[in-house]
Formats: sequence, structure tokens, C-alpha cells
Amino acid sequence: MNKTLNIPYLAVAAVAGAIFGLGLYISGMVNPLKVLRFLDFTAIPSGGWDPSLAFVMVPAVIVMFIAVRIGKARTRPAFDTRFHEPEFNKIDTPLVAGAAMFGVGWGMSGICPGPAISLIAFWPHYLLIYLLALFVGSYGGSVIIPSGRQKRLALAR
Amino acid sequence: MDTFTPIPAAIGGALIGLSAAILWLGNGRIAGISGIFGQLLPPAQTVVWRFVFLAFLVGGTFVAAHLLPSLGNRPTTLVEAPKWFAAGTPIWIGLSGLLTGFGTKIGNGCTSGHGVCGLARLSRRSFVAVAVFFVVAILTVTATGIV
Repeated sequence: MNKTLNIPYLAVAAVAGAIFGLGLYISGMVNPLKVLRFLDFTAIPSGGWDPSLAFVMVPAVIVMFIAVRIGKARTRPAFDTRFHEPEFNKIDTPLVAGAAMFGVGWGMSGICPGPAISLIAFWPHYLLIYLLALFVGSYGGSVIIPSGRQKRLALAR
Repeated sequence: MDTFTPIPAAIGGALIGLSAAILWLGNGRIAGISGIFGQLLPPAQTVVWRFVFLAFLVGGTFVAAHLLPSLGNRPTTLVEAPKWFAAGTPIWIGLSGLLTGFGTKIGNGCTSGHGVCGLARLSRRSFVAVAVFFVVAILTVTATGIV
């Protein structure tokens, strides 16, 4: 099956992408300042804390949790031969170190990859710098840490 | 608390979950943006759907902003670097992007892949990643005084 030219397959990607963008805008998570106001726990005592991000995450996880349950009852998704579930399940150093680095980057700007891409719609000042750096960082990571289950299992020993 | 918007947040969150659900049940793919973005690079095999997803992600945001301008979630600039950071905002933003790109690549995910999809799949790796990046991000905001 040639997935790259499969129209229903690409239509699913398009619809999912558009709904994701809609959700990021409506939720306000496209605004880095709103994200930072969640991450700023020092504002809790003064009442200036914005818990909105938690109100985004919880329903998102619940809806996806239901979808994962539905998927478990099926042998394959609608337009592919299998579910591409990550098979590597070890808690290893790259996972923890990578998450920590991402935490620093996220806390510095209030931007994570989803909003970074969706912000192309508004093209705010400095976004180009962020996107180029994201690209370079991601490429650097792929050079240093190989992807693929066998290589990760070998490294995790 | 005047910035707290629980209802749009919950509606937007449910839509993000719906997007992830559609991609999972339709194509069997994880809606993790760092992964989709990071695998636009070689040697990724299936680039086309990733490009389509990201293009419509931008389009969906654009259309939403035109349909619902009163929500006002339309930043014109990214946050400025804190005053103590002498090298300036462009360097600050660049460092933020580098750390996020590198960290999400070696850690295999960000707020969407680990946060939304991984937690929903009850992945041990995602529970660890989410705990680490939330705690570190909160400490970073506190330490840098960015807000």
C-alpha cells in the first residue's frame, strides 16, 4: 500500500492537523505568555496564577484515552495496516535528560513544538529564530542519539 | 485570576484530544508535534502526511483566529528575555528553541506526544517525561523570572 499518495490517509492527517490548530487557538495555548502564567507557580499565593493549561491537558488526555481503548478492540487503524505504537519502553538517560532540556527550553519562552508551528499563522516577532533553532536542535539530537528500537535497546544496557 | 479561562481551555483541550484520536484511529499515528516536525528530516520515510498535518495545523490556527477574534489569543511577539540576560532576546529565543529541539528529539516527545498521547496510552516513559519537563519548566520560570 502506497501511503504517501493515499487520499483518505492524507485527508485524516489534514483533518487532524486542522482540529489541532483550532484547539490550540481556542484553548489559548498558542499564546506563550498564557503558558508561562501557568508555569509561574510563584504567582499562586498572590492569586495571579493561571491554571488554564491543566484545563487543556485533562480533557485532551481523556478524549485520547477513549480513542486508545477503542483502538485496542481493533486490529488496525482505518487507513494503515497497524498502530504505530512506540515499542521502546525503557526509562533511559536520553528520556530523562531530553525531557529536562525540553523543560528548560519550554520554561524560557513558554513555547513548545505544537504552538511553535501553529504560530506560523500569526508570524510573531522572533518566531523564525525559534523555528530555525528547533530544527537545528532536533537534527543535532538525531545525529547524537540514534532512533529505532534495536539501537535504543543496545544503548540502554 | 482575570486571565483564567477554564471553558475555552477545556473546549480547546477536547479538540486537541479529538485530533489525536482521529490520527490514531485513522492512521495509527501518534499526534506528537516534535516527532512529526523532527521526522520531516532525512532519513524519515513518510514525509508527506507529516507535512500535510503541519500545514493544516497552521491553517486551522489561522482560520480559528479569523472566526473567533474575540478570544484574543494572537500574540504579535514572543516573550522578551529577562533583563539580567545581557545577550538579548534573539539569543534567548534561539537557546530556547535549541534546547527544545534537542531535548524533544532525544527524549522522543513533547507536550503532545508524551503529554496528551503518552499519558492516554498509559506509557511509563511518558509519565516520567511529563513529570520531568513540567517540574523543570516550572523551576526554569521561577529561576529566570521570565514572567
